[in-house]
Amino acid sequence: MTKENLTKNDLTKDNLIDLYRVMLKIRLFEEKIVDLYPEQEMKCPVHLCIGQEAIAAGVSAHLNKDDYIFSNHRGHGHAIAKGANMSLLMAEFYGKETGCSGGKGGSMHIIETERGIMGTSAIVGGGIPMGVGAALASSIKKDGKVTVIYNGDGASEEGVFYESLNFASLKKLPVVFVCENNGYATNSPQIARHSSCEIARLGPALGAASACIDGNDVLAVYDTAKEAIERARNGGGPTLIEASTYRWKGHVGPGEDHLIGSRPEDELVEWKELCPIVAFDKKLTTDGAATEAELIELGSVLAEEIAEAVRFAKDSEYPDVDKLLTNIYYESKE
Amino acid sequence: MPWTKIYGDKSAFEKAAAESDVPLRGITYAEALREAQAQLLRDDERVFVFGEGIDDPGGVFGSTKDLHKEFGDERVFDTPLAENALTGIALGAAVSGMRPILVHMRVDFVPLTLDQILNHAAKWSYMFDGKVHAPMIVRSVIGRGWGSAAQHSQNLHALFTHIPGIRVIMPATPYDAKGLLMAAVEDGNPVIFIEHRWLYGHMGHVPEDPYTIPIGKGIVRREGTDCTVVAISQQAAEAVKAADILAEEGINIEIIDPRTLRPLDTDLIVGSVEKTGRLVVADNGWKYGGIGAEIAARICENAFGALKAPIERINVPECPTPASHILEAEYYPGIEDIVAAVKKVVQYGHA
Ligand SMILES: Cc1ncc(C[n+]2csc(CCOP(=O)(O)OP(=O)(O)O)c2C)c(N)n1
Ligand SMILES: [Mg+2]
Repeated sequence: MTKENLTKNDLTKDNLIDLYRVMLKIRLFEEKIVDLYPEQEMKCPVHLCIGQEAIAAGVSAHLNKDDYIFSNHRGHGHAIAKGANMSLLMAEFYGKETGCSGGKGGSMHIIETERGIMGTSAIVGGGIPMGVGAALASSIKKDGKVTVIYNGDGASEEGVFYESLNFASLKKLPVVFVCENNGYATNSPQIARHSSCEIARLGPALGAASACIDGNDVLAVYDTAKEAIERARNGGGPTLIEASTYRWKGHVGPGEDHLIGSRPEDELVEWKELCPIVAFDKKLTTDGAATEAELIELGSVLAEEIAEAVRFAKDSEYPDVDKLLTNIYYESKE
Repeated sequence: MPWTKIYGDKSAFEKAAAESDVPLRGITYAEALREAQAQLLRDDERVFVFGEGIDDPGGVFGSTKDLHKEFGDERVFDTPLAENALTGIALGAAVSGMRPILVHMRVDFVPLTLDQILNHAAKWSYMFDGKVHAPMIVRSVIGRGWGSAAQHSQNLHALFTHIPGIRVIMPATPYDAKGLLMAAVEDGNPVIFIEHRWLYGHMGHVPEDPYTIPIGKGIVRREGTDCTVVAISQQAAEAVKAADILAEEGINIEIIDPRTLRPLDTDLIVGSVEKTGRLVVADNGWKYGGIGAEIAARICENAFGALKAPIERINVPECPTPASHILEAEYYPGIEDIVAAVKKVVQYGHA
């Protein structure tokens, strides 16, 4: 294997396969939702990240179990890359009491604190200052943890983004802002809102390091995230990574956007050619890091894991109605 | 009057239209909102409409659909996601002679703009002793259902009623949606205009020509003698259905739709309670510090002697909105809750 050709970093075969596994896991998980959603048993809005998998995979490869992530409405992939239990996610989407949020949150509100997944906000930009707050806590406690904040291009337009990045730079906090630029905020194209790579340029303007990368190239993400996370962990302050990508499905739900006239089909076709998983698959097999058979086998193992998550979700009970009024306030469990 | 009526569904309206002596023009609530904005844009060059995604194919549930094609993207346009700034931008344009209409797909995004609404728009006339005023409209939408959960299905109208200098309008019919939106733009003050998504498909009579409805005037949706039901926004439609069920049991409720929450038509509500002696307030918001509390207080202040029974309030429970449909079903009040509350009030003292 010629790993030097693959990346600046010292990636073993296992590392490479792991990156592939995480991307594929996210893809298959999301595709399962596409299949099941028409049954109308998953009664909550779902924001799928098919096409964007490389970003969470490349970033999370550098995170420890207890590092934090904060994310948004499109959070399934972020959580899975951080090692979230897929059964708890699926059960949450099905509104079951066994879900990660007891059925109260739905797909937009994912949490698994044991893995540093600290909750996702469906208010655009809402999680950004919270992530900075977690990094502030780490810097006060000197616990060595890094926080990653995932957000879309749309979120970079919110005032809270600027306020938070400035604060993080000022205090040199151990945090990485990952902006998944998929070119759209709902149906509004980026050109209606700002120009390309403009978001990354905000980093230096606010005192942070920054990078603008191809978010469909998992190794580019891996390399950039490695540097950013090391910088954060070593007291070098925040980095803003703008990773360009494309979401294949509609803003919400499993539908196709070009069918409702909100973007051209050609654009989707072009981006599908740039599928992060197909590209990496090709790279791994060409460079001899894996055989096609190994990758197929890996896919069927993941498919079984996901099928198990669905079984768990479907078999679980709905919450008891008296759960409606629990946990509004914290109550000491002693 | 055809325009005071709430029709349960499209077929109910069509039946009424067929039986009516005068021709009834029927359009939906969403179409009525669109028509109001189109006529405002046509007739008043100070008006412009903007907000996140308003020019997309859906057009805010149809209420802004293709307006940009008709009036150009200088006067009808999409924006960055920057709610607080957009509100301040609307305010700045308003004090500079424009009549902006800023649209938010969900009321949950309006709290991001509270600074500009509460600290700025609400105070700009007063703080400068009337040297300027702020004719701006913030349209936003309340929805419910399909697991939208805690951050995407709130009913925050009462929050805005706390603020002097702001008007809060909540139309329940297509007729009111058009007439009140036109009145709001004419009014010259900052207006929070809150629509309910479940009303968007409702049909009703809407005259084609522009018209306004006085802000601060409620309306009697149905006359009755046994109990006053003040029903806010979408609850007015629920109350009409509850009234039919109650009538079968010989209980006649009087339904009042206040239409505007600030200012509130106290006289209309007090007059009704003086007649019926009983009050139920049906609202999709929280009870604690909610609009029902304000209405109940006004009755205690102005019609205390008329009350034959304690006041009942119908609200969502004191918690955020849950996602799971099992919990969601438990969360939202509906027709049965109105029926039960009215019966409780009417039977008070007779048990
Ligand atoms: C404060 C706020 N404004 C508007 C919305 C409605 N909304 C939900 S997602 C979204 C688009 C977000 O775009 P982006 O940040 O690029 O994320 P993407 O959906 O593309 O992943 C919008 C406008 C919201 N949830 N919160
Ligand atoms: Mg986006």
